[in-house]
Amino acid sequence: MLCDICGKKKATVHLTEIVDEQMSEMHLCEECARQKSVQMEQQFGLADLLAGLADFGKTSPESQKVKLLCENCGTSYDDFRKFGRLGCSECYNTFKAHLGTLLKKIHGSNQHFGKTPVSMLESQKQTIETLHDLRNQLQKAIEAEDFEKAAQLRDKVREFEKRGENK
Amino acid sequence: MILDDLIYKTGQWLKGSGDHSDIVMSSRIRLARNISKKPFPNKARKKDLQDILALVQSALKDIPYFKKSMSIKIHELDNVDKQFLIERHLMSHEHAANPEGKGLIISEEEILSLMINEEDHLRLQVMESGLNLAEAWKIANSIDDALSAKLDFAYFINWGYLTACPTNTGTALRGSVMMHLPALVMTKQINKVLTAVAKLSFASRGFYGEGTQASGNFYQISNQVSMGHSEVEIIENINGLIRQLIEQEEQARQALILQNKAMLEDKIFRSLGVLRSAHIISSQETVELLSMVRLGVDLKIIKEVDRNAVNELFIMIQPAHLQKIEGKKLSAAERDTKRASVIREKLGGAQNV
Repeated sequence: MLCDICGKKKATVHLTEIVDEQMSEMHLCEECARQKSVQMEQQFGLADLLAGLADFGKTSPESQKVKLLCENCGTSYDDFRKFGRLGCSECYNTFKAHLGTLLKKIHGSNQHFGKTPVSMLESQKQTIETLHDLRNQLQKAIEAEDFEKAAQLRDKVREFEKRGENK
Repeated sequence: MILDDLIYKTGQWLKGSGDHSDIVMSSRIRLARNISKKPFPNKARKKDLQDILALVQSALKDIPYFKKSMSIKIHELDNVDKQFLIERHLMSHEHAANPEGKGLIISEEEILSLMINEEDHLRLQVMESGLNLAEAWKIANSIDDALSAKLDFAYFINWGYLTACPTNTGTALRGSVMMHLPALVMTKQINKVLTAVAKLSFASRGFYGEGTQASGNFYQISNQVSMGHSEVEIIENINGLIRQLIEQEEQARQALILQNKAMLEDKIFRSLGVLRSAHIISSQETVELLSMVRLGVDLKIIKEVDRNAVNELFIMIQPAHLQKIEGKKLSAAERDTKRASVIREKLGGAQNV
């Protein structure tokens, strides 16, 4: 069997594609298959997957008018949705509202429990420690179904999060 | 070329020692870091990249782990050298693709590698032999502390370390364990196992890295989630999963022996026989046969071959390695011949007449 694309070489790769519920089969030589797979990766790469996650479907008319643009590096939110990569650390500030939701979708949580840079100020480190502690207590309160305590803790966590926002 | 020094050495992670080294080839910790407010490599201009490179290199100066390290500018390498470093798991395909403004630092015994200006400004990798993520993390953590005293890392209290791709944000830690699972493959349980791995939000890849098919029955298991857990928790979670996989592989190995030991021994010794006698061999065939030989060594069915030698062969039989050993470019056909001779030499087979 010869390759469906170049018609010259022997087809060794057999590909099944489903587009709009229509199944089609292709028989390709190794070289054409490689090109095809590059195309497919471009069509459906990580960027799309992330963009899919980042696309909330119900963007309000106002937010469509305001184009989100990072002042530090010039990356727009559209760029991010297209390529799946942020342009600099400031993008995290600029796209904060969107990224908070996205991070939660990716990781199941948008709260960092890991280490802190040694260069951080002692006071900041304490804020973080308190925050981690409060979050753990909150988790326990929820597990124990002590919702009154949980609500109080949640408010405290929010307050500390505000204090810890940005650097 | 300084890379020539590496040809006849092997990374510490290939030694075949450490916990569970019959099933676990190596453990790897990768940390991503970026410098605050500087454009990420995908957005940076040439000048930015050079600044970052210089900044990181000067920060490395006083860090003991990097005392006897090798510093490489990727754009100065030819294609074989780039491929050679990828084959040794010291850098990624992405790092080789657009070499301008990119750097690579490799420590002695290849325990550490630091890619500068890959997807993030810094990508630190620590490799250990056997199941030893804890030790790899200990080293990575202390290097990160030393670096963060000198570099202003991008970090938010709520979101942790900020990375170019939000899939790495938080701890920016990826722990990977390279496992050899021939018995789970032979008993046709591997797909079931890998489905379970995926359900638990862990990724599995092949021996030769991201986007590659598993070959030689090697599977690299790593965490997908980098936020919401501390580094130690992430590592404990990986370890927990790996221990279960080890147990399953051990059970499958015992089942193979109980079921038909003669057949298993036959398969193993035939594999060794072919590797010791072949004069032309493809990399695919080599990797399949080497996997059987490794299983034979692990089960003490083969006694006269070192696990270390088998591990080394998995690296040495790759195209760029063969060309570096030969000292010149080789065609695919020439590589198949060279590969067979390298294997025969290593496994004590018949030599060229």
